[in-house]
Amino acid sequence: MSQYLILIYEDEAGYVEGGEAIWAEVGAEHGGFGQANEKALLGGNALQPSPTATSIRGGVVTDGPFAETKEALGGYYLIEAANLDEAIAIAKQVPARFGGVEVRPIMVLG
Amino acid sequence: MEQTQDCVAAAVADAHRREWGFVLAATLRVTGDVDLAEECVQDAYAKALQVWASRGIPDRPGGWLTTVARHRALDLRRREATLARALPLLVDDQGEPAADVVVAAGEIPDDRLRLICTCCHPALAPEAQVALTLRLLCGLTTAEVARAFLVSEPTMAARLTRAKKKIAAARIPYRVPPADELPQRLTGVLAVVHLVFTTGHTAPVSDDLVRRDLVERALDLARMLRLLLPRDPDVAGLLALILLTDARRSTRVDRTGRLLLLEEQDRSQWNAAEIREGLLLVREASDHRPPGRYALQAAIAAVHASARSWADTDWDEVVALYDVLCTIWPSPVVALNRAVAVGMAQGPEAGLRAIDAVADEPELAGYRYLPAARADFLRRAGRAGEARSQYAEAIALSDNSVEREFLTGRMRGLDPGI
Repeated sequence: MSQYLILIYEDEAGYVEGGEAIWAEVGAEHGGFGQANEKALLGGNALQPSPTATSIRGGVVTDGPFAETKEALGGYYLIEAANLDEAIAIAKQVPARFGGVEVRPIMVLG
Repeated sequence: MEQTQDCVAAAVADAHRREWGFVLAATLRVTGDVDLAEECVQDAYAKALQVWASRGIPDRPGGWLTTVARHRALDLRRREATLARALPLLVDDQGEPAADVVVAAGEIPDDRLRLICTCCHPALAPEAQVALTLRLLCGLTTAEVARAFLVSEPTMAARLTRAKKKIAAARIPYRVPPADELPQRLTGVLAVVHLVFTTGHTAPVSDDLVRRDLVERALDLARMLRLLLPRDPDVAGLLALILLTDARRSTRVDRTGRLLLLEEQDRSQWNAAEIREGLLLVREASDHRPPGRYALQAAIAAVHASARSWADTDWDEVVALYDVLCTIWPSPVVALNRAVAVGMAQGPEAGLRAIDAVADEPELAGYRYLPAARADFLRRAGRAGEARSQYAEAIALSDNSVEREFLTGRMRGLDPGI
């Protein structure tokens, strides 16, 4: 088995405009995703919006995310899958109505 | 049994062309590493040159080469056992017999479908998919692949290395996708084979119109898929399309290398065997409902292949087929081709109106066949002045010298216009 990180990138404006109702809806979708993929899921979290980010480069601390992009990293899942096809099949189910997801294999060290 | 050097060299070259993909696909299972598999297969071909000269050419060169390449792989693997690679290729056997047994020549499973599905995996960049396919299935050298796609050899080498690394690191499995995923994955595989064919059929930048080597590789790949998936209508459609289009190859330029249009081609010189085979396949592919993209394109090519002369062409049938094609494969280029057929069926003014209806599509901006088609209808309609400027535009957009010469000739032949 291999591990993959599924990074969720979305336009944060969608959640701001959608308000509480969207949060509840998407939250329920993530709940459903988690139940359906319980065996493969090793972990995952939603992140606070990108304005809360702090970047540090060369010891210099600045406000904001590392790169300003239209679609910001808003959450992730760590999963276990036999191969990329299986990981993609799981990633396709991740709710991301205001953007999409990226699948990255975890590097095996040693 | 002594063989002449020439005879052996020809047999090895033939086996390279026919068996490379088979041998590599089978060896890859043992090595679990693409580079190592390529090395072992290369060694096996080198050994064939020596051994076949003294012991004769084997009855099944592919089986012989595979056995030798696999032995070499097992040898190397044993020697390097302690250096086991961190990320071997992910061979997914789904209950198939163990792969690390060298089986007798007759029993070697055909792994080429696995190999092409891995090469054309959607997680790889499209240009990497084509490059890997030509390299691993067809045995082209990196230099040859680079030449086919007009990039430098180091660029192509880097592209191939990156793709191989991704296959290993992201764990793209070496397997035939399960039945529910296969149709979608096959679409990608067919697109790659089709791209190899179209790149060869009209070389984008070249002094020759056709890159024969690429056309033949595409034909080999399509035949291979037909062998592996004999009941798939899209495979039948693509093979038919390639055969029916390629049947006209020898008549597309005259002896001096000048481009000849369908209208001017000597139909008696079309490849009758390819047409016969293509027509049978079109019938088979068209039985499937709804017909696929390649089946429809092949059906259009079949109308031309069946017409005794340009004048005999059933243009209404061509338009009808394009109408269906536009619904299942909507694209501005298809719409432009349909417009051209309309002009042939209903006259140049109707053709120009149909072209105008699609000309604003952004995808057609800078597309050399748009002004070329317009120029042709303007010429037929006797509007020489407008035709001239359209020819000039088409010439400026073409990088193929054979095409440019043809268009220049047409422009010079115009009556002095208004």
